[in-house]
Amino acid sequence: MPMRLSANPSIDTAIKLVAVTVAMFAFVFVVMVPLYNVLCDALGINGKTSGQAYTSAVSSIDDSREVLVQFVATNNERMPWEFRPSVTMMRVHPGAANDTVFLAANPTDAAMVGQAIPSISPARAAAYFHKTECFCFNQQPLAGKDQAELPLQFIVDRDLPADIKRITLSYTIFDVTDSVGPQVAAR
Amino acid sequence: MGDHHHGPAKGLSRWFFTTNHKDIGTMYLWFSFAMFLLGGFFAMVIRAELFQPGMQLVEPGFFNQMTTLHGLVMVFGAIMPSFVGLANWLIPMMIGAPDMALPRMNNWSFWILPPGFLMLASTLFMEGGAPAFGWTFYAPLSTTYAAPSVTFFIFAIHILGMSSIMGSINIIATVMNMRAPGMTYMKMPLFVWTWLITAFLLVAVMPVLAGCVTMMLMDIHFGTSFFSAAGGGDPVLFQHVFWFFGHPEVYIIILPAFGVISQIIPAFSRKPLFGYASMVYATASIAFLSFIVWAHHMYTVGMPVAGELFFMYATMLIAVPTGVKVFNWVATMWRGAITLETPMLFSLGFLVLFTLGGFTGLMLSIAPADFQYHDTYFVVAHFHYVMVAGAVFSMTAAVYYWLPKWCGRMYNENMGKLHFWVSFVGFNITFFPQHFVGLSGMPRRIPDYALQFADFNMMSSIGAFIYGASQLLFLYNVIATIVAGQRVSDEKVWDGAEGLEWTIPTPAPYHTFEVPPKIEASHA
Repeated sequence: MPMRLSANPSIDTAIKLVAVTVAMFAFVFVVMVPLYNVLCDALGINGKTSGQAYTSAVSSIDDSREVLVQFVATNNERMPWEFRPSVTMMRVHPGAANDTVFLAANPTDAAMVGQAIPSISPARAAAYFHKTECFCFNQQPLAGKDQAELPLQFIVDRDLPADIKRITLSYTIFDVTDSVGPQVAAR
Repeated sequence: MGDHHHGPAKGLSRWFFTTNHKDIGTMYLWFSFAMFLLGGFFAMVIRAELFQPGMQLVEPGFFNQMTTLHGLVMVFGAIMPSFVGLANWLIPMMIGAPDMALPRMNNWSFWILPPGFLMLASTLFMEGGAPAFGWTFYAPLSTTYAAPSVTFFIFAIHILGMSSIMGSINIIATVMNMRAPGMTYMKMPLFVWTWLITAFLLVAVMPVLAGCVTMMLMDIHFGTSFFSAAGGGDPVLFQHVFWFFGHPEVYIIILPAFGVISQIIPAFSRKPLFGYASMVYATASIAFLSFIVWAHHMYTVGMPVAGELFFMYATMLIAVPTGVKVFNWVATMWRGAITLETPMLFSLGFLVLFTLGGFTGLMLSIAPADFQYHDTYFVVAHFHYVMVAGAVFSMTAAVYYWLPKWCGRMYNENMGKLHFWVSFVGFNITFFPQHFVGLSGMPRRIPDYALQFADFNMMSSIGAFIYGASQLLFLYNVIATIVAGQRVSDEKVWDGAEGLEWTIPTPAPYHTFEVPPKIEASHA
């Protein structure tokens, strides 16, 4: 005998369906959104790189192979900062740690906070691109007329598929001055 | 009928307080027709602007408001409520039930609709204008860059979502609990089956839509970053959530249409429906598959190849159960004694044009090809073949088919046939050329276009005016029928019609099946 929630079978059906409705509404927030983020992180799809510093043991360097890493910097709409990579490309060996900096300058008189969001192309390479240090992990406050060098340290994984010979790392910088608050996820 | 049956209440309160499934069905049908005319008016503005290249009549921003409201009003205001109205009228009469299972909730689910759409339409008069981000309201266009009226849009979506969910719960409760003794599931008319499955789809995905707009609301007003990259969110997430609702939604629209066609084609072929059981299983298969194909709307966002392949093959798979249905309808007509009254004409129009829309859908499902078709007029042509020639044609067929039963008067057959042919020709003049301009690269939702598209766009606009005008003929015919149509009193208005609704008197009395009917042991 199935569970009956009401003597009236129609009310019983309705109550169960309302429960399904509530469950599906909750499903969006507790399953779909987290699952999307977890999948993107785990599989490196969508060109998303990990939001945390890479801390695995240093591996040996693969001298037999060179990968071209290109850097792109973009301002999101209405973001007035000057934002650019110090070098536009580097030839690196998989396994080796590499350092570079991005340059940011706030031309306005007001103190502002920027947030850089990374994206890797081809997206398949994202899982093999490890950042041991990145300015994108944190928000970047800049006083008016101030400028800063934003450090980036990365390792291209030795397991990078052989057909990938070029990786583009793109940063878009957003103006988050207005919405800075404890709930803003730091990346 | 004994004299203990009370009739409808007098005056306006009858309509406000009614719990009668026929009254509520009637209100749904009239409301959806009013929305059909409103959405049609928006379409006329679009086609008038596109009549010639260059900016002619409206500002680009207003043009975008028109495309947005046209889509929203047609999908949520015209097509969905019209089928709910049909379900209200017919499901109790088809399964031998005295009314819907939850009559008071039924009243509510209708009466929250008009305020919801009033709220949506009122955004047209607000500062910054109505929503202008397309009916798919992709973030961040609908969050960061939206007019302030977007908040009213969000609440309107919440309201009509609630209405749909309540309507669906009612339909499921009715079908599961109110069938006459002997009316087993596999004896139910196919219209009831398709609506039962549709209602389950609605209960599953309307809350997802509600969640989607709730996230928008939170992003806009409460500082969250579900869809904002700056705060760690992702605009692509919006598309996944939206289309997880959006793809089942297109089957929500078309499955009841399948049900209508499955009632009408047998009646005018004077043969039972071919392959009843396979129709039920095909409907259920389509409903299941609709949950695992959503990303075919977003091939161009940059998915991994494995994802593109999965969604491509899963989408193509839907052609199999849909093909089963089309072949079953054709087999039903095979060697039938076919007559071509208006409902049958619209059903045949549905069959031909919906199949064409299915084929273009198959073309769009091919991921590498879709990169060219994406967001062009080819997509516009495709979904109007399935939405208009699919859902709207079948709805029109349904009105002509059951109207004599509802009001005891016959519509003007010649005018009905004229309505069909003008609709059919007008529809094809409108949308067939859109395949061509789409394939050669004309983007959708654009108020101006390159000169090489001028001739086809003028054709499209002329066709749209013809199609739009033919709906006024429909309105006139329906009103003339109700007011002064020739009276019919046969229980079976159509000699080939089968089913319980044709065993009650004509016009259908206010209360029916207060005593459950006897269901024959043989297949109805």
